[in-house]
Formats: sequence, C-alpha cells, structure tokens
Amino acid sequence: MPGAVTQLSFYVGDWTVIVPADKLIEAGRFLRDTPETAFDFCSDVTASDWPPRAQRFDVIYCLYSTRHRHRVRLKVRAGDNEPVPSVSVIWPAANWLEREVYDLFGVNFVGHPDRRRILMPEDWQGFPQRKDYPLEGPGELLMESPLDWLRLKQAREESEIE
Amino acid sequence: MTTHTGQMFDTEELVINMGPQHPSTHGVLRVVLRLDGERVVSSDVVIGYLHRGIEKLSENRNWTQIILLTDRMDYVAAATNNVGYCETVEKLMQLEVPRRARYIRTAICELQRIASHCLWLGTHAMDIGAMTVFLYAFRERELILDLFEEYCGARLTYNSMRIGGLPLDIPVGWDKKVLEFCNIMSEKVDEYEELLTHNRIWLERTRGVGVISAEQAIAIGLSGPPLRGSGVARDVRKDEPYAAYDEMKFEVPIGTNGDTYDRYLVRLEEFRQSIKIIRQSIEGLPEGPIVGKVPRLIKPAVGETYHAIESPKGELGYFIVSDGKSTNPYRFRVRPPSFCNLQALPQLIKGHMVADVVALIGSIDVVLGEVDR
Amino acid sequence: MIDTYLIPLLKILFVLNATLVGVTYMVLLERKVIAWVQVRLGPMRVGPYGVLQPIADAVKLILKEDITPTRADKWVFTAAPIIVMVPALITFAVIPFGPVVNLFGRQVPLYITDVNVGLLYIVSVASIGVYGIILGGWASNSKFPLLASLRASAQLISYEVAVTMTLVSMIMTAGTLSMVKIVESQYNAHLWFIFVQPVAFVLFFIGGLAETNRAPFDMAEAEQELTGGFHTEYSGMRFALFFLAEYANMIVVSSVATTLFLGGWLRPFPNIAALSFLGIIPSWMWFLLKTFVFLYIFLWVRATLPRYRYDQLMRLGWKVLIPVAIANVVVTGIVMVLF
Repeated sequence: MPGAVTQLSFYVGDWTVIVPADKLIEAGRFLRDTPETAFDFCSDVTASDWPPRAQRFDVIYCLYSTRHRHRVRLKVRAGDNEPVPSVSVIWPAANWLEREVYDLFGVNFVGHPDRRRILMPEDWQGFPQRKDYPLEGPGELLMESPLDWLRLKQAREESEIE
Repeated sequence: MTTHTGQMFDTEELVINMGPQHPSTHGVLRVVLRLDGERVVSSDVVIGYLHRGIEKLSENRNWTQIILLTDRMDYVAAATNNVGYCETVEKLMQLEVPRRARYIRTAICELQRIASHCLWLGTHAMDIGAMTVFLYAFRERELILDLFEEYCGARLTYNSMRIGGLPLDIPVGWDKKVLEFCNIMSEKVDEYEELLTHNRIWLERTRGVGVISAEQAIAIGLSGPPLRGSGVARDVRKDEPYAAYDEMKFEVPIGTNGDTYDRYLVRLEEFRQSIKIIRQSIEGLPEGPIVGKVPRLIKPAVGETYHAIESPKGELGYFIVSDGKSTNPYRFRVRPPSFCNLQALPQLIKGHMVADVVALIGSIDVVLGEVDR
Repeated sequence: MIDTYLIPLLKILFVLNATLVGVTYMVLLERKVIAWVQVRLGPMRVGPYGVLQPIADAVKLILKEDITPTRADKWVFTAAPIIVMVPALITFAVIPFGPVVNLFGRQVPLYITDVNVGLLYIVSVASIGVYGIILGGWASNSKFPLLASLRASAQLISYEVAVTMTLVSMIMTAGTLSMVKIVESQYNAHLWFIFVQPVAFVLFFIGGLAETNRAPFDMAEAEQELTGGFHTEYSGMRFALFFLAEYANMIVVSSVATTLFLGGWLRPFPNIAALSFLGIIPSWMWFLLKTFVFLYIFLWVRATLPRYRYDQLMRLGWKVLIPVAIANVVVTGIVMVLF
C-alpha cells in the first residue's frame, strides 16, 4: 500500500480504505494493477452527505476482484466544490455511476468524459440527494391544489409575453 | 461509400430517436442513434424517466418500511430486491437468520429468477419477431405468480421478507405445488429450446450480434448473464454465498463468444439450474423458526456496509449507512444491475444495424424501474 | 348473348364478392389461428365466437377520420392503396376454380376466362402492385415511410425474380402457360406437380411469403422497427385497403400454388376410379380446401418463426433462392430432354 492511506477500518467483514482526493487515481491504479489485489471490477460509486462536516461528501468506491473474490471500499472525502479526479480512466464502469453522483450530489468530478445529468432532466437546478434538499421537491413547485397548476401556467405565460 | 462533398452525394448522418415510448416492452428508455445508412455510428442512452427518488425516500422511512420500496425497483423480480435489502441489514446488525428461513429465501429467489427470465425470454423473442414464445413464457410466469399469491398475497410487489427472516411461513401444500411447478417448467424449457435454439432465423439474428469480450465486460461493469455470456465465471451465488446457496449444488452456465446467442443460452440454462436449486431447497426444507432474534425496534449501530446478491439481472448491491441514532437509514443506496449493464449498450450497438438495437436491449435485459429507481 | 355477356358478368360479380368477403374474413382467421397457437382465444365477443368481428372492423375503419397529411400529394396518396388492391383482385380472372360444369342446363366453366398466357398475366399484374407501395411511401411526403417503402419494394422485386424462375420450371413441366391447361396436364400426368417438382414448390412458397410481406419476411411492416413502414401516414379506409390488399395477395399466392402444385380442382388420385366416391365433394370445394391449407400454413409460419433482418432477407433472396431456382430450371430442362 502506498503511504497515503489516511485510515483503514474493518467492520462487519468489509475493509474500508480512506484516501485523500489527490491520491485517488494513484491508489486506484495500484489496487487494480497489483496482482495480489487485482481489483478489476468497479461495483459501485456512490456518495454520502454529512452536512455538518467541512468536507461534507464521502465518495465511496466499492471494488471487487474477480480473480481473488474479495472486496474493498475506497473512500474519499470531498467538500462542496472540491475537485475529485474521475476514476473512469481506470474503470470505465464508473462512467455512469459518477454521472449519477454528480447529478444527485453535485460532486465535482474532474476528467470525466461526459459530465451530464443522468437521472434528473438536463436543466434541473439543485442536487436532490443532498441532505438539505427537501423531500417534496423545490418549494415553488409544490402543487397542492389544481389552482396551483393554473397559477403556474399563467405565470409562465406572462413571463413569455414579456 | 465515400463522401464527395459538394458533388452529387452528400452523405450525412441520420439522427433517430427511439423515444421513451416503445412498442417493445422495456419501459421508458430513450436511445438517440446516429445512423450512417443502416449502421449505428454512435448512440446516447437517456434514462431517468422513471426516477422516483427511492433513495431519498428511504431516508425518511424506517428500516422495515423500506422493504416495500425495494419491491418497486426491479418489479419483475421483486422478492430478490427484498432479500438483498434484508440480507444487507442483517449483515450490518450481525443477525442470525434461521436455517429454514434461508432455505425458503433461496427457493423464492430462484422462483423469481425463473419468473424474470420468463419475461425476458418472452419480450426478447417478441422483439426479434417470434410472437408465440411471448405467450408461452407468460403462461409459465402466471404459474409462478399464482404460487406467490398463495404465499404472500401479492402477484407483483411482494413485501415478502423481514429483517431477520420471513413474515409468514409457507402455507400447507405450497411445497408440493412448487415441486409440481418444477416438473412442468422443465418440460416447458425444453419447449422453448425446441422453438428457438436451433432455429435458423433465430441463429442468424442473434449469432455475432453485440459481441463483447471478457476484459471489456469486466471493465465496463457488466454483471450477471451478460458477463457470464462473455466467458467470465462470476456469480455472486458461488463467489460470496448468501442465503442457503452454500448448501446447494448447482452449476453456473458460462458462454464463450459474448454475443446475444450466448447470453440467450446462458439464461436458458439458468432456468434449468434454478429448477434444480428449487427442488433441493424444497425437498431439504428444515424445520425451525422463520424469524431470528430481532430486536423490536431495528436500529443498527453506527456503521456502513455493502452487500451484493445475484439478482436475475446481475449483481444487485445495497450500500447502507446507519448513524445509530435514528430509526431511518442515513444513506440507502442500491447498486442496480440494469443501470450498470445498460452502460455497455452504446459500446454493444456500435456498428450494428437498427434492427439489432432492439435485440440488444432485450439481450442485456433491462428493467427501467431498477435503472432509474 | 347470354353466354358472352351475362354469364361472365355474373361470374365476375360473384368472384369479386366472394374474394372481398374472403379477404375480410381472412382478418378474422388470422387473429383466431394465431391466438389458438398462442394459447389464447382470439376475438370472441362480436357475434358467436367472434364471427362478426370483420364487420365490426370494417364499420370502424369506414367511420374513422380521413386524415391526409397536408403536404402529401393528394391524388397519389389516395391512388396508392388502390394501385395495390386492384392487381390482387384482377388476378382472380384467370384462376380456375373448377372444370366446365353443368349449371342450370348450361355448360359453364368455373373460371372467368382461360387466357392462354394465364401465368404470365398473373406475374405481370402482380408486379404492378409494387408501384402502389412505392407511391404510398412517396406520397406520404415523410422521410421514414419513403425509406421503408423503398426497402419493401426492393424486397418484393428481388423475390419476384426468384418466384419467376420457379414458375419457368413449372411452365416447362406443364408445357403450357394457361392455368386451366396446367391443371389438365396434372390430370394427364396422373400426378400432382408437387411430387414432380418439390424444390420448386418450396421455393415458390418461400418466395410467396416474401412477396406478400408476411413473416418471417415482414420487416417492412414490423412494429418493432423504428418506423411504421410505408403505411405510417395512412388511416381509416386507405389503411384498410393496404391490409386487405395484403390478404388478397396471400389468397392469390395460395390459389396459384394450389393450381400449379396441388392439382387445382382435381380430387386426390383423379385417375383411380376406385376412389371416385371422393367425387361427392365438388371440384371447386377441393380447390378451396387446398387453398385453405396454404393459407393456414401462411398463418402458422407467422405465429412460429422470428423475423429476418433486412440484410439477411436480401441475402437469402439473392444468394440462395435465385441460384437454387436457376439450378432447378437447368435440372428440369436436362431431365425433360433425357426422358
């Protein structure tokens, strides 16, 4: 293991390795290319939002080795706009998975070939999976009665006329 | 044909949209194709039409209520999602599931595998033009749905697992019906094989279509039958056994060429292996309780875990974070096999013709509920 | 007077009516047969066992709104389905339903006319139908129907070559182009021509499937294709005409196959007197039974087989069927010279 590991933990049978963001590509390549680890299958890329922390996002990479049949989780801590290098150069499977993390959390992936929203519509504002995003959706679109639809439609038409 | 710009023929690419509404029954998937004549030059897959925010919803539901939500992701094989979720929470809480419950879970997972493959076979064959197989496959799926209705009262979204075991024991006589069904099913699988496997037209439509090599498949994140069709021996049931799979004897079919025909053969053989597993689990069903020692209020300690099972579509993984304080999970994440398999679609259809696109979407076997959550 | 004008007129009216009713009921037959193959029942509500379903369909289509796309060429748009339907119907003029029979004291031949180039007439008239498809796609003034109609017409033309080659070998066997005389030559030869020319029969049947755009060669109208085919823009009665024309073509191909290969109106073993009790069934009934067998096989094939991709379809036509058809002609010629 390169000497960049911040933390190593083992809980209920899973190994988790936490690395700083700038060492991510190096660590990923190491994990993939070393014969003893041989983590060639990127199972999952996801994120977790811990708002009170300064580096609120935990970007988590679940890796699996088809040869040795073991798993490891790689974790990176990142703040609101901090760049996180994209691992899609190492594992192409991470392409859509990182797009989804960007779409739902707003994590800034650097070097991603196709950084677009994947699940939400292209022009959506906001990042739904963050903890401060309301469950019912953005406030002004909260429709509780048919009259709201009518008002919204009228508002839209007026703004178009202007 | 070379392009003589400015002279007689000016070939440009045709952009066609296979819109969210399809005649082929895969759900709301949109593929934007760039064609050069008949061949696909590049494509872009647009998803998200069925995004319901299940992950966000789960953060506001307690641990048992989420089982209901997981049903609705891969609605074709709902019990598998339930099993995956319950197993992940049990792993997080280090709960022991009694043996009887594990056997029944295995049987239910394999019944779901057969049901899901029936639907896959029907829709895939119908896309390629063999309409009759659709109805035959659904006839068998009806038998499975009847079995489930007897067990848990629902045909499609079962809510049939609880953390620590099962909510209900199997009804009287259910195991005999399952064994009868296994007998019927083995004959029917032979019938499907007769209709399709050596059919000249089927071979021409599926051989050599959508070839992906083993290294490419692993790199792009395929799992399940598409990965096994390319020759990679990876099955979560064998590699990381869960439920009662470590006590079952079965084989995992592997393909050789990585084309649509091999994926078809892999899934067809999985029918047979599933029937074998069901027979073993029902005939060897041990007595005992069906729920383990589960605390009244489910509140795992602080921690997170990732656990994967083999759903009919591939590796279904759950990543759950618990903060120890509330009755809701802090983060609930599903690793959907269809989402990751669908990533391979642009690579698979490149260079093929328009008629193959539908065949390939069927061959990857996507369920949009899972892709979009 | 009566013989030259009235009787042919009555025959024409009768055959036209029978054909149109038959074509309409083909719709029901298709739905029923495919349903029974698929463990379903098919239309059951309208009339006992769904027998009145075609009438319901016809009424629905007539009452539908008649939409013509704005920039479509109106005359051609209307004419295209007609150009497809008419050749299918006029082919029935030379198909022999039976020999000369005694009706109400007159010798009435059970065919409208006996042209001595009957087979050539059928092939030429069938080719005109292709124009209707091209014009249908063109007149819709829309990219996708045009491409689809060009594909469909390319398919039809290619398979016509194969079918015509097959018919050449049949003409050599029978020694005549007239449909009536072909049946008579089967009587003289004591054998249905299917036993003499089995390869030609298979080729003709496959070519017939492709000619009528039926599965497994129905890529041009498959719903899973991106476009709806050349009849995307059509609705209501015009759409109905396209589809009835397809069924009429099916009946034509079946009738021609019956005449050429299964002995037309002849009962099985026509020369063996011991089986003359089979003569209870009138000759035209034998003809209809045999045609019905072919139609049933058309539907059966549709329910069972998957669909060919377009390039595979063209490859099958040009690289397999045409060489085999030509080889069949050569072999027929050699055999006829030697024996």
